[in-house]
Amino acid sequence: MKPPAFEYFAPTDIDGALALMAAHGDDARFLAGGQSLVPMLNLRLAAPTALIDLNGVAGLGEVVLDDDGTLILGSMTRTRRIETDPAIAAANPLLSHAAASVAHVQIRNRGTIGGSLAHADPAAELPGVVLACEAEIHLQSPFGTRTVVAADFFDGVFTTAVAAGEMIVRIVFPAWPKARRWGFREVSRREGDFAMVGIAGWYDSDNNGRIGTARLAAIGAGDTPVRLLATEAALTGNAPTDDIFAAAAAAAMNELRPGDDLHASAAYRREVGGVLVGRVLGDARDRRT
Amino acid sequence: MTARHRISLTVNGDAVDCEVEPRMTLADCLREKLDLTGTHLGCEHGVCGACTVLIDGAAVRSCLMFAVQARGVEIVTVEGLADENGLSPLQAAFRDNHALQCGFCTPGLLTTAQAFLSENPSPNRAEVESAISGNICRCTGYVPIVDAILDAAARLRAKDPA
Repeated sequence: MKPPAFEYFAPTDIDGALALMAAHGDDARFLAGGQSLVPMLNLRLAAPTALIDLNGVAGLGEVVLDDDGTLILGSMTRTRRIETDPAIAAANPLLSHAAASVAHVQIRNRGTIGGSLAHADPAAELPGVVLACEAEIHLQSPFGTRTVVAADFFDGVFTTAVAAGEMIVRIVFPAWPKARRWGFREVSRREGDFAMVGIAGWYDSDNNGRIGTARLAAIGAGDTPVRLLATEAALTGNAPTDDIFAAAAAAAMNELRPGDDLHASAAYRREVGGVLVGRVLGDARDRRT
Repeated sequence: MTARHRISLTVNGDAVDCEVEPRMTLADCLREKLDLTGTHLGCEHGVCGACTVLIDGAAVRSCLMFAVQARGVEIVTVEGLADENGLSPLQAAFRDNHALQCGFCTPGLLTTAQAFLSENPSPNRAEVESAISGNICRCTGYVPIVDAILDAAARLRAKDPA
């Protein structure tokens, strides 16, 4: 189908974009890569009266790597760049690797990390990675800026902490230690489809070779991406052995509370999610760095 | 009814002007305003890949982009792949490998493969399969399409050894 009529604005700076949003209110939407919003327009699931295009806004596509290793992605950083930019892969290999699983190349060429977070599809890859990495989302409105940690960002299906009039301006990933072990896996019906379930995870080893800090996030397994806190706790302090990883997989099956839909049953998602936790941990341990 | 926008586009190397409503997708603009009906529309929500065009060399869904957003970029459609000598090596490989039957998906597959081979001139079969995963074909089958893209890669390498 064809989208409903809307007014179109192409501001060139953040203040201009925020002023347009303030003027048009709840009926306006920011247009980032358009790979989720435009399908919703074409299917007439959304009917904003104004679109404020962020593609020409200066500064939103900037990628900065701080001296301390902090990776800062402007909200309009395209998924394809996250996948292919060697500097991003070096700064956060989990993020770069998972980006390659986002939809198809034609979608990744346009889609952005800010757009993915704002859309907040519970099966989307980048929100899960942002959660696993404990990234911060920086928001700006005409009244100032604020920072929301990933754990507080996702409220529900397609629902986030972004308030009316606010824009995601950048996503800040904490420094990634070189020795960190990581993995990402998902299961979908066909390559590029949304994941029925997926797991992003990493752990740091302590001085005795045991697992210190571990983080695991599941996608496609609830209304939002979810941290597997009990499974993480079961890993901490243990050696990264096959037995421990099998125990973690069982713990994840117990902890996951996915829903049923026509793509997969809750029971299937729970089982696959657990298996993927075991495989992600094995990938993490065995990957040559 | 919202205000129309006058836009200047660069399509297959030509500068063209047209007037569009903001809601007109790039795909509809190409087909209806510029008479470039080689770009096909299947699903109109980013799933089938038939509408794929090249934007500054990158494969993009033209149904998920508005024509007003295409100012200042280089657009290449399937009409822009052949030159005065006839079919491009990729197009010739599609013909020779029977990689099209009804032809509906072909423009999207050609533009997708064109961008892919420019980034990866020596792909293996699995890489080709992954590259075209966003393009749906319902009649030819993917095997001859993958054959054609691998054949095109070999022809392009022979023509222009790196």
